[in-house]
Amino acid sequence: MKPFTYEKANSPAAAASAAAGRSNAKFIAGGTNLLDLMKLEIETPSHLIDVNGLGFDKIEPTSDGGLRIGALVRNTALAADARIRRDYGLLSRALLAGASGQLRNKATTAGNLLQRTRCPYFYDTNQPCNKRNPGSGCAAIGGVTRQHAVIGASDACIATHPSDMAIAMRALDATVQTARPDGSIRDIPIADLHRLPGDTPHLETTLTPGELITSVTLPKLVGGTHIYRKVRDRASYAFALVSVGAIIQRDGTGRVAVGGIAHKPWRVEAAEAEMPHGAKAVAARLLEGASPTKENAFKLSLVERTLGAVLTEAKG
Amino acid sequence: MATVSFSVNGEVRALKLDTRTTLLDALREHLHLTGTKKGCDHGQCGACTVIVGGQRINSCLTLAVMHEGETVTTIEGLGTPEQMHPMQTAFVKHDGFQCGYCTPGQICSAVAVLDEIKAGIPSHVTGDLNAVPHLTNAELRERMSGNICRCGAYSNIAEAITEIAGRPA
Repeated sequence: MKPFTYEKANSPAAAASAAAGRSNAKFIAGGTNLLDLMKLEIETPSHLIDVNGLGFDKIEPTSDGGLRIGALVRNTALAADARIRRDYGLLSRALLAGASGQLRNKATTAGNLLQRTRCPYFYDTNQPCNKRNPGSGCAAIGGVTRQHAVIGASDACIATHPSDMAIAMRALDATVQTARPDGSIRDIPIADLHRLPGDTPHLETTLTPGELITSVTLPKLVGGTHIYRKVRDRASYAFALVSVGAIIQRDGTGRVAVGGIAHKPWRVEAAEAEMPHGAKAVAARLLEGASPTKENAFKLSLVERTLGAVLTEAKG
Repeated sequence: MATVSFSVNGEVRALKLDTRTTLLDALREHLHLTGTKKGCDHGQCGACTVIVGGQRINSCLTLAVMHEGETVTTIEGLGTPEQMHPMQTAFVKHDGFQCGYCTPGQICSAVAVLDEIKAGIPSHVTGDLNAVPHLTNAELRERMSGNICRCGAYSNIAEAITEIAGRPA
């Protein structure tokens, strides 16, 4: 690990300006992804700003019937919250499908959104990677690509976003709130937080330097049956090959977001109009323009079949 | 260099260390509490599991300096050879290990799992999110999935935990 200096932040504005004032500073909260990457010298911050003391650890009702989740609420606490379990079961299920008990006890809501890809070529510092070392190339393209993206990828990067929680947040239309170094606050719809790789895969979100996530707000409840179905190589503690997060109403309408297939949570609102017509119709719209490799083309039919299973489950 | 002070197994310990020191290395290399094991050092195996503030975490994926004033319990704090924790006794009775390297992490994790179930925290295999979870074999296996045992003593580990779970607290 490279040496770094360390400070505890006292306020969101102080944290944001401390980060903006240094070119190579990072916020740390749970640290479960950042420290892993620092040990491998994939992340090499020269200064860490510990934001754990900022108090964003509550889940509070909003004036319009939603819930505001503090950025520091741990994954375990969020999944176990009685209101989340009752009204936003999709979120609870997605959280519980990810990582291990130990990691969920540490990992935070904001950190989960900002975790980095588990592409093995990103992790192997002997390989070129445009995300880790912009302009160096992509070793995944032409490599072993069973886990990689099948849609929204580019010639520069075919990595996927690894989060389960983010899939639920996307289906729920959550809003991310941030504090910026100039003291202003900003609301970012979850759909606009993560970027597609394009030719700048090292830019993963639309956050600006020093911008700190302070909360994630869920809109008022949407009803319906909440299902998160994750398909992976082992039954627990593995990343998704494909995951489907869905909210399905009695009349067959609903929402669906898919994980494991793209650089961001994949949701196509136009595809949701096909929900009453079944999984095949939805998947066809959802995966329009997909460009899988030979090794991961199975993900296209896996999305359709997983969605089919979800729709059947919703019928009870 | 930085300073930090936290309680380990009931004793307040003040340390001066490099900011890069993980909680795991602080316990093993600075405090010489070598019961907690370093396996993968990347949060994948669970050998380094300790209980901080009542919750199990991977001590390899957290910095020591981030735990000012907190309460850490390691395997040495759960029991001693003379006075073993009931979970340790159950692991011995049910042969819940072979080489023993993952065992301190397994035991810290198991003790915390029972507390998590008692607190009503659901898991991936909990059928009804709004019901009180019970310790079935499927629940136990799901909740212990962050602790890998390369000897494959899983069925005996499950038996040991089940025995303790069945006892009134």
